Amino acid sequence: MIITKMLRLSLVSFVLGFGLFCSSADAAEDYVKLIGAGASFPAPLYSKWFKDYHGVHSNVQVDYQSVGSGSGIKNFINKTVDFGASDAGMKPEEIAQVEAGVQLLPMTAGAIVLSYNLAGVPELKLTREAYAGIFLGKVNKWNDPLIAKANPDAKLPDSTINVVVRADSSGTTYVFSQHLAAISPDFAKSPGVNTMPNWAVGTRSKGNEGITASLRTTPGSIGYIEYGYAKGQGLAMAVLENKAGKFIKASTPSFQASLAAVEMPDDLMAWLPDPGGDDSYPIVTYTWLLCYKRYDDANKLKTLKSVIEYGLTEGQKCSEQFGYVPLPAPVVEKVKDALNNIQGK
Amino acid sequence: MAAVSESNVGTATSVARAPTFIERYGNIVFRWATYLFAWLTVLLVLYIVYTITKQALPAMSKYGWGFITGTTWDPNTKVYGVLPEIWGTMYSSLLALFIGTLFGLAVAIFLSEHYLATFVFSLLKAAGLQFHPVWGRLPDQLEHLFKNLIELLAAIPSVVYGLWGIFFIIPLIRPFCLAWQAKLGWIPLFSTMLSGPGMLPAAIVLSIMIMPTIAAISLNALLAVPPKLREAAYGLGATRWESILAILLPTASKGIFGAIILAFGRALGETMALAMLVGNSNVISWSLFSPANTLAALLANNFAEAGPREIGVLMFAALILLGITVLVNMAGAFVLNRASMGREGVE
Repeated sequence: MIITKMLRLSLVSFVLGFGLFCSSADAAEDYVKLIGAGASFPAPLYSKWFKDYHGVHSNVQVDYQSVGSGSGIKNFINKTVDFGASDAGMKPEEIAQVEAGVQLLPMTAGAIVLSYNLAGVPELKLTREAYAGIFLGKVNKWNDPLIAKANPDAKLPDSTINVVVRADSSGTTYVFSQHLAAISPDFAKSPGVNTMPNWAVGTRSKGNEGITASLRTTPGSIGYIEYGYAKGQGLAMAVLENKAGKFIKASTPSFQASLAAVEMPDDLMAWLPDPGGDDSYPIVTYTWLLCYKRYDDANKLKTLKSVIEYGLTEGQKCSEQFGYVPLPAPVVEKVKDALNNIQGK
Repeated sequence: MAAVSESNVGTATSVARAPTFIERYGNIVFRWATYLFAWLTVLLVLYIVYTITKQALPAMSKYGWGFITGTTWDPNTKVYGVLPEIWGTMYSSLLALFIGTLFGLAVAIFLSEHYLATFVFSLLKAAGLQFHPVWGRLPDQLEHLFKNLIELLAAIPSVVYGLWGIFFIIPLIRPFCLAWQAKLGWIPLFSTMLSGPGMLPAAIVLSIMIMPTIAAISLNALLAVPPKLREAAYGLGATRWESILAILLPTASKGIFGAIILAFGRALGETMALAMLVGNSNVISWSLFSPANTLAALLANNFAEAGPREIGVLMFAALILLGITVLVNMAGAFVLNRASMGREGVE
């Protein structure tokens, strides 16, 4: 009996002591945890930023859940997260639902490329008419005159073009369909701009990785994916005709030229459905962090601002190696100014 | 036990005593706990149906039967129909069930008839090792290993099957499919080109996924057939072939049908591998090479980014999938009762 009593006593003191120890540690370190959710497109880059930031400030933990732009906006409106992220910005009626106000911050940009699998054709030039036609199902042979005219030297096979599109609704599809609708009135009518439009043609694969896999395993296929995936997997990328009528290769300088061609508006929601300029790559988009304009918790506010500033300065340096486009300097300045709109109680 | 109690009879210290407090109330608590959990399970199912129906109601009243007969899914024009998905779900599941039953049942017979063990035993006998303390255990151990390997197939995650299908099955079957399409294209089954993902690769992978279910349950059913039935069949002069087809399979038919129904249920609801392999196009076609779509894949692909309006439509689709599963199970139970009537072995 005595022994059990002693055991119990020591157990109680152990638990108590442990609890005290933990709480005192918390107070000293000023531990802050931020939770974010949203777009999967910039997720690899965000994760890298947040991990690096945690390396410097060990008391800050940022959890980012890559659940997709739609879910990110939903969570942000329902206030289950500290910040959201979206490839499609936010619609005015969605912004109206957030009482604390919304500040959108473009953090990085990305490009969408048309990758293809065609043996013996290392370079493929596609006119706007040609690639809009392919995704409308009007151009369905590789040796179609519309394709052949721009590629006089290429040996184009007399086979069906196997179009691969996204099966799941996604921000990537939204941006791509927005571009196609801008260059082709037919596309704007049907299927139209959507995160999952009713494509007239093609098999559908799930996610960027699904499309990448389909393109790699299916000869004669073409599909749209993010630049980072195509680069990482070594897929051939078509050279696209831009608004100025020039054929532009997918590369970081050409993406940056597109970003520079569009003036950033005051609400920081710049859309580039079809950027002008001689050197601009045609399909480029910003991606945004969604922040409230008012945070009740002063600690969270301070940390969030510091994390974002880290992303805008140090973070931009590593974005290129992940396949993203570093923001132009004037845009970075504008975003930094906009951070002042985010206030405490 | 009997010996122990006899020795206690008549001695001064009896083992008989009143149940303790814990024993008495432990029983009652246990009984009520099982009631509670059993009812909670039933209530959970009802609650799931209730929440899905509640969210689907606006879409149900808006689209009605047109939702089931429509063939377009276009969020832009708000036209929704799931007939291609219903078709794809049933077609892929039935194809997979056909292939999976063929292989699963073959495996079950192979193992339950101890073909493997007999073969290994005869090999050992030739080497004079059949009663060796280590080697003599080999036949049983090998059979055990085989059973475990098949059950291991059921433990592989769905997404791994999907990736394996994309990178292995599709390139593997592509040359055959192209050849069949060129020569036998007039048969509806081979009427379109295989462009990568499609019905056939989806059905093949699905059949591998449901095969362990069929094999494991059928095996147990076959092993449960009383040995005297088999011996009687042989004693009457039946060949092995005859005794398997006429005695063993009919006797175990209830278990085998149960296995098939369970596997069908799994095939209907399988999501990830199909979303990766089926092509996700709203096409209704007999062709094995055409891309198709299934209800579960539709839900998986659309849910993450669905807006508030689309949620209702997706819930409606989920309700239809639930309905199909219930119908299949009911039809299965009916067939099971009819098929095994009067054929059950000695209980």
